[in-house]
Amino acid sequence: MQVCEYDILVVGAGAAGMAVALACRRRNLRAAVVEREEEPGGILLQCIHNGFGLQRFGEELTGPEYAERYLREVEGTEIDVFCGTTAVRLTGGDAFRSVVTYSAKYGVREFRVGAVILAVGCRERNRGNIGIPGTRPAGIFTAGLAQRLTNIDGYIPGSRVVIVGSGDIGLIMARRMTWLGAKVLGVVEIMPTCSGLLRNVVQCLEDFDIPLYLSHVVTRIEGAGRVRAVEVAPWRNGQADSRNAFRLECDTLLLSVGLIPEHELARDAGVGISPDTRGPFVDANLMTNIPGVFACGNGLHVHDVVDYVSEESERCGRAAADFVTGITDTVKQIPLHAGANVRYVLPGTIAAGRSNLLSLRSMVECEAARCTLHRGEVELATKTFRHVRPAEMIRWNISAEMTDDMSREETQPLDITIQCVADDE
Amino acid sequence: MTLMQPARNKTTDAYDVVIVGAGVCGAAIARCLSGYDIRVAVVEKCADVSFGVSKANSGIVHAGFHHPADMLKTKLEIRGNMMFEKLQHELKFPFERIGILVLAFSPEEMEVCRRLCAQGRANGVPRLELLSAEAVRGMEPVLSPDVEGALYAPTGGIVEPYRYVFALMEAAQGNGATLLLHWELDRAERNGDVWELRARDSRRVRARWVVNAAGLFADEVSRILAAEEFRIVPRKGEEYLLQRGAAGYPNHVLFPVPSRHTKGMLVIPTVEGTMMVGPTAREIEDRHDVSTTAENLRRVFDGAKRMVPAISTRDIITAFAGLRPTLEDQDFYIDLSRRAPNVVQVAGIQSPGLTASPAIALYVKDLLKAGGLTLTEKADTRTDLPETTAVRRLSPEQVDEHIRRNPAYGNIVCRCENVSEAEVVEAIRKGHTTLDGIKFYTRAGMGRCQGGFCTYKILQILQRETNQPIETFTKRGKGSELILGRLDT
Repeated sequence: MQVCEYDILVVGAGAAGMAVALACRRRNLRAAVVEREEEPGGILLQCIHNGFGLQRFGEELTGPEYAERYLREVEGTEIDVFCGTTAVRLTGGDAFRSVVTYSAKYGVREFRVGAVILAVGCRERNRGNIGIPGTRPAGIFTAGLAQRLTNIDGYIPGSRVVIVGSGDIGLIMARRMTWLGAKVLGVVEIMPTCSGLLRNVVQCLEDFDIPLYLSHVVTRIEGAGRVRAVEVAPWRNGQADSRNAFRLECDTLLLSVGLIPEHELARDAGVGISPDTRGPFVDANLMTNIPGVFACGNGLHVHDVVDYVSEESERCGRAAADFVTGITDTVKQIPLHAGANVRYVLPGTIAAGRSNLLSLRSMVECEAARCTLHRGEVELATKTFRHVRPAEMIRWNISAEMTDDMSREETQPLDITIQCVADDE
Repeated sequence: MTLMQPARNKTTDAYDVVIVGAGVCGAAIARCLSGYDIRVAVVEKCADVSFGVSKANSGIVHAGFHHPADMLKTKLEIRGNMMFEKLQHELKFPFERIGILVLAFSPEEMEVCRRLCAQGRANGVPRLELLSAEAVRGMEPVLSPDVEGALYAPTGGIVEPYRYVFALMEAAQGNGATLLLHWELDRAERNGDVWELRARDSRRVRARWVVNAAGLFADEVSRILAAEEFRIVPRKGEEYLLQRGAAGYPNHVLFPVPSRHTKGMLVIPTVEGTMMVGPTAREIEDRHDVSTTAENLRRVFDGAKRMVPAISTRDIITAFAGLRPTLEDQDFYIDLSRRAPNVVQVAGIQSPGLTASPAIALYVKDLLKAGGLTLTEKADTRTDLPETTAVRRLSPEQVDEHIRRNPAYGNIVCRCENVSEAEVVEAIRKGHTTLDGIKFYTRAGMGRCQGGFCTYKILQILQRETNQPIETFTKRGKGSELILGRLDT
């Protein structure tokens, strides 16, 4: 077993991994990236539609183009990228952090490094996770798998398609399958609202007259060999209304029913996992409870757009570089909790005396919502956001001035709340 | 298992025994008979071994206290149970004797445990014990505080059912038995002292003896052979698989006290660290109905949570249903046919069929002998299978050694279960060429993502290894094609 020493090891060469490695390299640290696929780029490579990079580059790129910009930059540096390499074990430690990897090309290696950054991405929730009853025929794919099979491998996974879940991948695959010549019979969404971005509803469904069945569920899958049909029923008061069920004859069912951070490598190392994000708990430096182990990107929490993944990962890279170079962070960190109407807030602490970018998800939908940061009864900061929906992440920058006096205060936990307000407020 | 071997014989050259059905019974019988100097074939209508009743088995090696001593299945259950260490040693399939607890929630239920204990002791089950509430909770901290006591059967165990069946068949084939897949019996004729069996696709097999181990379809096979009339009633069981690391993972197989037809809704830890809950038990008409329902999901979890409150539907990876082939008297029917010559019936093999399977094989061998088949032990029988390599069970140092010999051990295809390319290739080369066959053989696709990340990799490896077009690959045989076409054609 070969031992490799670096300052930083990044696990995953997707959007998060590339950005975080570059941020570390800018601080002149020796960084390596391990990637289990045969080439770097991550899921971006199969996202051949456009819409990436609006925030980051001010232009609309396809997924491969967005990845390309980072890949070129990585190639121009001394970052070592090891593809076809799977991280199988992570261990914390006082002297160094250890990651064991398996690879056909490099054999088994142990990376001994100052900091590990988990940029591992997420997986798709599947049929078992949402418990669709019925038979278990071929022709049931997660939307991302179907996207991979179509856009990278060049296969046609189906000809008459029903899509469950109105997440962005589901909407994009509705359009993609239509362009392939397949008939998309509908998108079935349990919630009363679409969970993907509005632009995708317009561009992927409405432009192709694909029906969107809101407040509906698939109640049964039929077919012995291949999918033959699905039964769809309205969802009322937490139950399927079977009297108004209808049948859609199809050979394919695509599931776009949510993403879950791949937290297993972290969990097995003893990293605390949040039941709300399903990713690691992290502090204001995006560091987990194991010193020197950091997390960012969709492996930390699921983002709406890749631009924010890149931004978060760069922050993470700077914090990891600080850790490795011994710039001891003496800043006081105060615990931060999700309060009323907040599904989750990240990170889990606020650093006193400097600016803090919070990512939070609302549990409610409203035209205008006021976010408030409290310490007990005291309101520390407040800001109103427009068009708040559970599907869209709220990003709120708490300025250094707002947190300035916290370093002198007791570390009483803070909480953050969302409240719907009248539109003109 | 090797890729479809054409039968060695010309039409004149008959097998001594043909076994209809490559489930746990057919495979166990084939392995047993392959130790003798006779020619054995197994015909199976599915695309792979164990694809019928056996693959949905709960994987419990039962102790032998559930049924009275006068039932055939009790005798075979107890005898079979005791054979598993030796079998595991020879065939290297995953098996652990972790013990069974039957939990009582009231004095009445404790009385049932007492009765089962007495019945088990009368049957000859060793080391049965009645436990107090305190003792049982000490052994199994995840249990509900409402448990008032239990029956403990330390000889109960868990096994990976399909791996066991695969191993039996591999061993049989290693000793010369022939396996014919996609071979569905259509007609049978007796010519002189030879049975001529014809498949739906017109392939023919000739044999002196026929063993009917056709599971759910044993009654149809019996009819085709003009043997006894009986009716197999499928009793459906829905089960749920929970992910590794799920809350509530117990150290023993947990049973409630049984009702007349079923051993009840169980919590079953698996050898691989996942957990199964179920099964339901309902008699149905349709022998192909392996669908699951929302109603039964609730029933299964209500039953499981009563025993282990921490169990959560949130940890479900997948659901499946299996059909138990039952006869009216609920016992096994294993005998020489009294109507058709040279036919052995192996029917009604429901629970505890897997436990009993090695004993069933011996029982069938004795019936064949009694019926006049000459059985001489082969001199060169191989009882052992080589150990298969699974990266997930090796230390990094061991994996490093394997990679040096074969780099494909370093290419992790299934990230959830840490299955390497080399393991997938081995499965394919042994004849497991469907996605489900590869899954059951290697565990690739059996973890938390359920094939989301490994399916395309396995399809690539299948194409490379078999050189077949992508449209021909299936989930579990013809009709379950995965890909409908290519963009460039």
